[in-house]
Amino acid sequence: MRWIVALVLAAALPLVAGEYYINLASQIVIFAVFAASINLLLGYGGLPTLGHAAYLGVGAYVSALLQLKLHYANWLAAPIAVAATTAMGCAFGLIALRATGLGFLMLTLALSQVLWGTAYRWVSMTDGDNGLRGLARPTPFGLDLNQAMPFYYFALIIGVLSIWMMARFVASPFGVTLKGARDQPRRMSALGYDVWLIRWITFIYASFWGAVSGLLFVYYHKYIHPVSLSLANSAEGLLAVIAGGSGTLAGPLVGAAIVLLLKNWVSAYIERWNMLLGFVFVLIVVFMPEGVVPGFHRLWKRFVSKT
Amino acid sequence: MRIANLTHGALFMLGAYIGVSVMRYIPNLWVAALVAGLAVAAFGGLLERLILRKLGGNVFGQVLVTLGVSFIIADACLLGWGGDPIPIQTPAILQAPVRMAGFVFPAYRLAVVVIAVVVAILLYLLMERTRLGAMIRAGVDDPQMASAVGIPVSRLFTTVFCLGAALAGAGGVIGGPIMSAYPGLDADMLPLALIVVILGGVGSLLGAFAGAFITGFVYTFGVALLPDLAYVILFLPMILVIAFRPRGLFGKFAA
Amino acid sequence: MEALRLQNLKKSFGGLPAIADVSLTVAAGERRLIIGPNGAGKTTLFNLLTGDLSRDAGSIELFGAEVGRLATHRRVHLGLARTYQIITLFPQDTLEHNVALSLMGLSPTRWNTFGRVPQRFFADAGAVLARVGLEKAAKRPIAELAYGEKRRVEIAMALAQKPRVLLLDEPLAGLSREERGQVKSLIAAIPRETTVVMIEHDTDTALDMADRITVLHYGRVIVEGTRAEVVADPKTREVYLGH
Repeated sequence: MRWIVALVLAAALPLVAGEYYINLASQIVIFAVFAASINLLLGYGGLPTLGHAAYLGVGAYVSALLQLKLHYANWLAAPIAVAATTAMGCAFGLIALRATGLGFLMLTLALSQVLWGTAYRWVSMTDGDNGLRGLARPTPFGLDLNQAMPFYYFALIIGVLSIWMMARFVASPFGVTLKGARDQPRRMSALGYDVWLIRWITFIYASFWGAVSGLLFVYYHKYIHPVSLSLANSAEGLLAVIAGGSGTLAGPLVGAAIVLLLKNWVSAYIERWNMLLGFVFVLIVVFMPEGVVPGFHRLWKRFVSKT
Repeated sequence: MRIANLTHGALFMLGAYIGVSVMRYIPNLWVAALVAGLAVAAFGGLLERLILRKLGGNVFGQVLVTLGVSFIIADACLLGWGGDPIPIQTPAILQAPVRMAGFVFPAYRLAVVVIAVVVAILLYLLMERTRLGAMIRAGVDDPQMASAVGIPVSRLFTTVFCLGAALAGAGGVIGGPIMSAYPGLDADMLPLALIVVILGGVGSLLGAFAGAFITGFVYTFGVALLPDLAYVILFLPMILVIAFRPRGLFGKFAA
Repeated sequence: MEALRLQNLKKSFGGLPAIADVSLTVAAGERRLIIGPNGAGKTTLFNLLTGDLSRDAGSIELFGAEVGRLATHRRVHLGLARTYQIITLFPQDTLEHNVALSLMGLSPTRWNTFGRVPQRFFADAGAVLARVGLEKAAKRPIAELAYGEKRRVEIAMALAQKPRVLLLDEPLAGLSREERGQVKSLIAAIPRETTVVMIEHDTDTALDMADRITVLHYGRVIVEGTRAEVVADPKTREVYLGH
């Protein structure tokens, strides 16, 4: 099956690629988990969100702060960071789900912006624009993860586990009801489903995996800065989902790879990544609203049928 | 108008920068505001006509496109005017402080308040008391019906969008002496605009005014008392209001 | 015990009273038909019963329990089911999937976030479909069905939950003569454990399906009684003048 092939290729990567590419691959794995968590809400839940960077960022910051200020070891800081971020997700979900559609979107944006601005201004805690540096990667079973390859495998294992869990989630009975609630909320209510609760639980689950991606993020970079909580970062995650297609589990993963590779390749030539990001958004929405991967698929089929 | 528009902060910033350039040749704030307003209006018109028009009820698409456009504008401004903040000169006649009821106010800020009130009143009169306003409201409520009775819905929508863009652009210049033009101005202005609309309620001018007032008030006091958590205080009224009343204070429907 | 008891129910939109003042009682096992000209408030009444709309005043009792303040899904768990005027099923999914979803609505399995949908739901769905003669189409998507077949699936889905009160919103609308016959016999075959309340516009066909008939006009009950009583009452003819 495709998944097994992909997994084998991913595992074999460090054997053929140099350090630069292994590091790039690590970043793709991390971004893929982030994008997949967004898609739980966007693709499967029908709840577009503009504030998911909040969970990545808070997960990262809490982990960093526990390490720097309280000198917690990573194995202790990690569950606390994830738990705290997920708790925040519970609260944010309660607020954001007071509205649907555009209102929900704006609320997720607003809540995320609060954290972004606070990260900059609460200098005594976060050191503001300097960010938190000098962080250490975890040492599972005493292994040193400071080299590219061991960290890559660490990230890959956690990444695969995360995606697998999310896959089980969307295929489960709950996942079926989630998709139902996305398509016909009124009908679902009439069948006895508590649509609000279904959405809230999904929101919390998505924030949990957002936090996990945040942990991987801060472990990889050994540094965290308020810009990771920005709207631009949420937008990049969103772009990954849209580029790959929000209808499938694989879509965001492919999209994450596309966006990161693009970003990496482009930054050698163009300084203004944000502008390119903006153009890409406009182009995708206007020409390929169902996503880049399905869009290309459609164009490819048309091309093949003509020749 | 029920368009999800995230470019507004960027339009404000664009106006500010255009104002800066205009003032290099004609050092008059009001002329610069006028020119910036017109230029940004033209840009807004293009945006609406060429792109937003095609996205009908696709709210998410509108959000993405306007978000993308805001990124483009932000980086374009960075390219065009550089990364350093550029101050805008306060007009000479309004530089001196004003004494009123024993307090001293900077004259320019008073002038801005006056302008804001005048604009709000004019907008209200336009929307509620003129035929044009009635047509616009009809076009928003039921575009097909309005079209059927001969209202040029399409042209009106573009006009309203341009008007909004013009106000944002001119606002950028008028706000210039207080805020300057700097990269990130759009990111600072957008949440304010969103808060005001969500807090005050979609579709209500009175709501926007009330929202702005409450937000400004709470923010200014909050920043003085708890500067570290200024951003939380900025969003707090909106979050609290939405939590208890998804429609906002005066909104016609939940956003 | 009455299946449904409405007392002084009121609902207005802006200044417009859609339901001015409605009180009615439906006995357990009864077949009640609600008729009235367009705008009489029939669908609004159903929306109030299911909780799609919240009432302004009055009480709604389901087998003695006040449900007016409950959300729709809670009322479903108390035994209320409904079909809609406009069929909104999940068109891309199979009949089996749609019915299984209906069966799962009352089951704790719906909160399972890790496993798979148990096979028995699909098996039970097959049995439900067999009762309406559509078991052969179980694996086909809803979109491929004729309108009449979709209507039968919708009713089957509602019945699958073994509701105590079933609300049918214009079940015969948009059907051909043959399809109408099939749906009518379907409804006639519903066991008496389920109380049926029906809205129908096509009074000619529907009148003989009901035990009692309620006539609504401008949000009020104008006439109520058996078919003979309603047909004889001069107020009924007044309401349908020009009909």
